[in-house]
Amino acid sequence: MRLVVDMTKCQSYAQCCFLAPESFTFQGQEALVYDPAPTDAHRGKILQAAAACPVQAILLDRSDDPTLARRELPAPPPGPTPLGPESRVVVVGASLAGLRGAEALRREGFRGELTIIGDEPEEPYDRPPLSKQVLSGRVAPESTTLPRLEDLDAGWRLGVAATGLDLDAKQVLLADGEHIAFDRLLIATGTRARPWVDPDGAGLDGVFTLRTVDDSRRLRAALEARPARVLVVGGGFTGSEVASVCRDLDLPVTVAVRGPAPLAGALGAVVGRIAGDVQRDHGVDLRCDVSVTTLEGQDGRVRGARLSDGTFVEADVVVVATGAVRNVEWLEGSGLSSGEWGVTCDAGCRVFDLNGVVTDDVFVAGDVARFPHPVFGAEFMAMEHWGNAVEQARVAAHNMVTGQVRRWAHLSVPVFWSIQFGHVIKSVGVPSVADEVMITQGSVEDRSFVAVYGRQGRTVAAVSFDQSKLLEHHRRAIAEGAAFPPDASTVNEAPDQDLEPAGLPSTRTPWAVAEETDLVVTGDEPSEWRTTWRPRRADDQQPQLARQE
Amino acid sequence: MTITETTGTTSTGTTSTQEAYAQVVDHANRADPYPYYARLREQPVARLDERTFVVTGHQEILDLIHDPRISSDPRNLAEGHSIGGHTPAAETDAEGEPAEESPSLLNAFVMLDAPKHDRLRSQTMRHFGPPHHAGYVDAMRGDMARIVNDLIDGFGDAREVDLVEALAYPFPVTMICEVLGVPREDEPRFHAWSEDIIATAEATGPEDAAEKRERAGLATAQLTEYLSALADEKTRDPKDDLLSGLVNHDGPGGRMSRVDVLNTAIMLLIGGHETTVNMIANGVLTLLRHPEVLERLEREPEHVARVFEELLRLEPPAQVTPTRVALDDLVLGGVLIPKGSSIWVMWAAANRDPRHFADPDRFDPDREQNDHLGFGGGIHACFGAPLARLEVQIALVEVFRRLENPRLVLDPPPYRRNPFLRGPSHLPIAFDGVRPR
Repeated sequence: MRLVVDMTKCQSYAQCCFLAPESFTFQGQEALVYDPAPTDAHRGKILQAAAACPVQAILLDRSDDPTLARRELPAPPPGPTPLGPESRVVVVGASLAGLRGAEALRREGFRGELTIIGDEPEEPYDRPPLSKQVLSGRVAPESTTLPRLEDLDAGWRLGVAATGLDLDAKQVLLADGEHIAFDRLLIATGTRARPWVDPDGAGLDGVFTLRTVDDSRRLRAALEARPARVLVVGGGFTGSEVASVCRDLDLPVTVAVRGPAPLAGALGAVVGRIAGDVQRDHGVDLRCDVSVTTLEGQDGRVRGARLSDGTFVEADVVVVATGAVRNVEWLEGSGLSSGEWGVTCDAGCRVFDLNGVVTDDVFVAGDVARFPHPVFGAEFMAMEHWGNAVEQARVAAHNMVTGQVRRWAHLSVPVFWSIQFGHVIKSVGVPSVADEVMITQGSVEDRSFVAVYGRQGRTVAAVSFDQSKLLEHHRRAIAEGAAFPPDASTVNEAPDQDLEPAGLPSTRTPWAVAEETDLVVTGDEPSEWRTTWRPRRADDQQPQLARQE
Repeated sequence: MTITETTGTTSTGTTSTQEAYAQVVDHANRADPYPYYARLREQPVARLDERTFVVTGHQEILDLIHDPRISSDPRNLAEGHSIGGHTPAAETDAEGEPAEESPSLLNAFVMLDAPKHDRLRSQTMRHFGPPHHAGYVDAMRGDMARIVNDLIDGFGDAREVDLVEALAYPFPVTMICEVLGVPREDEPRFHAWSEDIIATAEATGPEDAAEKRERAGLATAQLTEYLSALADEKTRDPKDDLLSGLVNHDGPGGRMSRVDVLNTAIMLLIGGHETTVNMIANGVLTLLRHPEVLERLEREPEHVARVFEELLRLEPPAQVTPTRVALDDLVLGGVLIPKGSSIWVMWAAANRDPRHFADPDRFDPDREQNDHLGFGGGIHACFGAPLARLEVQIALVEVFRRLENPRLVLDPPPYRRNPFLRGPSHLPIAFDGVRPR
């Protein structure tokens, strides 16, 4: 069987752990770890668990579900440009957003030709387990293949990258030279791991990044060989989860963090320091306010790293976890508004062209999409979250098949989660835009609390450690623009409700990108105005220093 | 969002709420209270009286049960306000402090807030479920099937039984006794105590309420005495049961105090007596009314998982929880609820909210996204839910596997008095024979 748990919904009611303990377990009080490919021998129990989940977060593969075939799908509504049975939709990107988008197209009643293109050879798989239960060896890397929630009836082009887009001819160009024509295009090419800044160091044996199933397979093998020490470069979510698995496996691990604390880039220094204390409690050698300057090797194998404070960390495995790079290169020259910041779109997932005019036929979803959100100052932002990929793909698919009057906007409040050191950390809203933070409920000492984030008097985010049930309330408060700091009497009030600066790094503005790239406008008449893209830096120049959390 | 401030009791909304509520609790309507729940739900959040609000909408209840401004501790009610027949003042000592020394359902963690709730619940969970005892309930599947089949064997040559007497009651009671470590032969005594304790919700008037409160107090005292003696025994001679675990375990949160052990045991014993029995009876009744679902269940026993959840949506045994309190002024579903108000959570109404469930009165086990509230939700979600789930699912599968041509003798059957814990008092069914196990 195949399944996935929508952890954005999970509130740790534990019904699955009771009913199917072979496949669902808790680490600590609330953190769910599950087997995404349980054996058929447990089928009855899995069905009980899925039915029992109070938030219906367990999604089972339905490719052989007879009720799907019996179901009547809605006819595509009439619109100015209906997507009839002779139409062609191409999805570029065969990961979570691409798959869920394709499924949503079918669920919306699209009966035409559907092609899914992906550069990796595997069927769409789920990435969050790769840094958790796969890395720890609880489940096999292959088991993370995503369940199919619909009968897709798609043409798959896996293992072939898209290399270009011809908007005039409405064709996607593939690495093998083929051209695939479309009436509507969904871009879901996501991100890739940011490689170590120096290719020599990156090429050493024992240096890893973690993004793909292949990465996790290789890193898992390296951990199984019981290295003397693992060095994790970067204290973001991936880096912290890798460190957590290392400690689970009783491997010595050092985490080097450029900022004042792990997770500080996403959650700010106040909550980051708590995460750092948790790491130290679990035996992590945590080094903050340092960067790794060089990875040093011997005979082609890594032997350690030099840090900016002059110290040397001996390590035979180095995991570079310094964030992600968006897969936009294939769109260069296409005339779409795309770049390091992502592919820019409106709230309905329709991609802007370089002139800032919205396209009718090109949509984007997932990590690569950069969209405006009214709750967060209507700023354009890209969200590298599982939940965002799912929800945005659904909105994009809906808008691909419906007419203008029925269009949806992608306005959900972002949610993400991490499981590390026996805790489930969840976030709603966008902590990174906050200027202040306050622990509102629970106890930091017990590692069970909620922190609420504000920006200029408005609540913009909340983060919980092992308090997922409370977070649901804050999600709504954020959407409704609740005042910050919150002043209501509540249950479980935190002992010291101090207002503190959130301690987030100042966000880079788009001008930082403009230092590398210029958009220039030419023309004198409305009919002549054009935006063109002009790279400012020479191609042989080093890319800018890798960003670390 | 528009905010309605429902002032006074003269608004038409309040009058219609009071009328609909009176119909919901009227025993004459117990067989089908749902049309009246639907009338209540016309205002998803409505004022019942000066200090009481009823919440019937699915989304509104979800908002409510996750809202940290909501307390489950009746001691936070505004002064002079009573709830379910209990006056919180009566539960405080001379200094006005919570009377923690007298064990009672009202002091159990179901009526406490975090963090004390969380500590007691996890100290109890340690002996019942994940993370420390993860496979405990799952390992009882075989026992459950055996007990159910023994009870069905006990039908003997009868061709008609009262399913409540013959199975729906004795089965879960046997299980809760086994889990807690209470001798099965003492069961008739605490059956009576349990009935008296929950009967306060059945009061017909102020005088009756006073009498029922007195009886409930007496029953609580007797039950406490019984459990206290049993706890002493478990301290001297620990067994592999929950009560032994509670009295003897010295966990990270320290040992549970004796009074908390008794509060918890009272709650689990009552929970195990008053809800699962209704679920089994409601389940058999509903399935006998839907032969097409029954046919599929016999062909495909795995289907019971979804059948059960749909039963729980349509016929939740705990229909109303009248014990929430607003700790601050708050707006719910567009209605302003003042601090100190009592809030009644109407699960049975939310489970049929047409804004959330398409065709909500239809029994449709294939329903997608069946996120019903049959076991409540939030931090107070039913503690015993996993046990009840397996008990009922196993009971339904075995009853319909073994009885030949089962049918209802009386439809609708007679119902118990309690409006909040709803279920048939008797469920006579006839059949042509009993297949071998």
